[in-house]
Amino acid sequence: MSFLQIKQIRKKIGSVEILKGIDIELEKGGFLVLVGPSGCGKSTLLNAIAGLLPPSSGDIVIDGQVVTDLHPSKRDIAMVFQSYALYPNMTVEENIAFALEMRGVDKAERAKAVAQVAKTLQIEHLLTRRPSQLSGGQRQRVAMGRALVRKPRVFLFDEPLSNLDAKLRVEVRAEIKALHQNTHATIVYVTHDQIEAMTLATKIVVLKEGIVQQVGTPAEIYNRPANLFVADFMGSPAMNMLKGRAVSGGIQLFGAGGQGVTVRVPPSVTTPLPEGKEVIVGLRPEAISDEGSADAAAAASAQINAEVTIVEPTGSDTFVTGKLDGTTFTGRARAETVVEPGQTFRFVFNLDKAVVFDPQSGQRIG
Amino acid sequence: MSASPETVSAGSARFTRYFIYGALIILAVVYLLPLYVMLSTSLKSLDEIRGGDMLALPTDPSIAAWLKAWGEACIGVSCVGIKGYFWNSIKMVVPAVIISTLLGALNGYVLTKWRFPGHKIVFGMMLFACFIPFQAVLIPMARLLGLMGLSNSTTGLVMVHVIYGLGFTTLFFRNYYEAFPDELVKAAMIDGAGFFRIFWRILLPSSGPIIVVTVIYQFTNIWNDFLFGVSFSSGEASPMTVALNNLVSSSTGVKEYNVDMAAAVFAALPTLFVYVVAGRYFVRGLMAGAVKG
Repeated sequence: MSFLQIKQIRKKIGSVEILKGIDIELEKGGFLVLVGPSGCGKSTLLNAIAGLLPPSSGDIVIDGQVVTDLHPSKRDIAMVFQSYALYPNMTVEENIAFALEMRGVDKAERAKAVAQVAKTLQIEHLLTRRPSQLSGGQRQRVAMGRALVRKPRVFLFDEPLSNLDAKLRVEVRAEIKALHQNTHATIVYVTHDQIEAMTLATKIVVLKEGIVQQVGTPAEIYNRPANLFVADFMGSPAMNMLKGRAVSGGIQLFGAGGQGVTVRVPPSVTTPLPEGKEVIVGLRPEAISDEGSADAAAAASAQINAEVTIVEPTGSDTFVTGKLDGTTFTGRARAETVVEPGQTFRFVFNLDKAVVFDPQSGQRIG
Repeated sequence: MSASPETVSAGSARFTRYFIYGALIILAVVYLLPLYVMLSTSLKSLDEIRGGDMLALPTDPSIAAWLKAWGEACIGVSCVGIKGYFWNSIKMVVPAVIISTLLGALNGYVLTKWRFPGHKIVFGMMLFACFIPFQAVLIPMARLLGLMGLSNSTTGLVMVHVIYGLGFTTLFFRNYYEAFPDELVKAAMIDGAGFFRIFWRILLPSSGPIIVVTVIYQFTNIWNDFLFGVSFSSGEASPMTVALNNLVSSSTGVKEYNVDMAAAVFAALPTLFVYVVAGRYFVRGLMAGAVKG
């Protein structure tokens, strides 16, 4: 049985339904990331799990125990807040020990637990300081220490990295990942950053407007997005969405001006497409490359000449945006690729990686 | 190349600065003049006062008038000085300030962190209490004190001041706690702290500036209050302000200006003391909410 179960959670605030029947399960030791744009209800859901915002209906079960009506302190959870929420009037040591103190743990044991956590997080030298004397990264670490010291059943993280600068964010992200690997803690993590979701999660839940769009491993979410929203939201640069039409023997892309290219139906499409059906073919930028770096093992590929409009070198790769017949798309070429806007460039489309969506429903059909 | 406009602007800036400081010094002198007259008169002998030069420094300073005001001056028919009334005021102001500040803090905490349906209306009504003039509540309050058996007692005055001050203290603390992050309260809840524990351990220790503001405000108002004092107490139970009035108006024969002035200084000392000790936090506290909000 799953360790954390979220069953049909609904939440209404005023007349607005924020969560519209959420069902999620997480195994013990799993790292669940709730990801979605602002206002999708991910923080509301996290607060419902924490018990800070009771749901209108539905149940939350932790380790077989229904906790829906339990006070936050009785759920055996710990939360790391976006603003860290360190008590400004207490030292780091007192901050970390506060929860233990509230639970009546005696002083010697508290000191021992704090020392252990401080060692894990390498904040021993900060114990006597106050939060105002700490840097952002240090505060973040203390906030994690405060959660860790309790050894709770579930850790909740509410956008913990969004107040850090870019470099520190990557560092702390790796630390959180290492922490999860070392402690095998069960974690629910909220973010709007799809890279955080991809790097940290064992399971990603993509939310939009209070509805679960897709649940899956990072690879599933990335490679087999359930619908156009997930496909567009996850990944940077975003997935290319190419309009196409089913014709005999394949899908015609770039058809509007007459010089369309017919490509083979990607192998993932199992049900035959009726001829003339409009489809959207989704291709990640890394599935569109230059001739030199194209995947030679690809079963289905197409070479397409298009005019280059933008060239974006990132150092490790060069993103080349091409335009053909009114449709733009971005491909990832080698860093050494020499090309100027205005030139014609030969793109190689790896159609093994293509996913096909129904433009009406937005759902993936293959 | 732009040297000349710089010197011009520097010159005019200096002039503005002189003007501002000049104006400030003149206004400060005007404002402090009564205090100076009060102090110097209290140190003069009656003969010297009759000489008529109010602004002159005392030629032979003596604290005789101070001793008389404290221990011997006649208030009404009893000539025991103002010391008893001074302590009356202390006994009234200390509990009234502490209770109204604590209750205001508690109200502010509930109104911002434990919101209940209708919290806005409750706060609106408390705010409304700030705008009710003293005079309007005199008769109902007298009736209430009578019913509770607290008329003409220091306890009664404490209660009156607590009730009347609650609107202000609640307003101060509510606005301060409005800017206090909710996440801290949530974190404390998850950590297992209850309602009072969160208040006592998390909010109050972070409320220094607003506590100072409230204490100074309440102390000054309650200490200086005359209307409630004269309405709800009489004779031996009167606070300092009422006694001062009686002292000044009940002199028989020669009018002892130096004694009156010394008594007035006594009446002003505690508020001055509080302001000098905590004054720099006062302005900081008033600003704190604005900057954070």
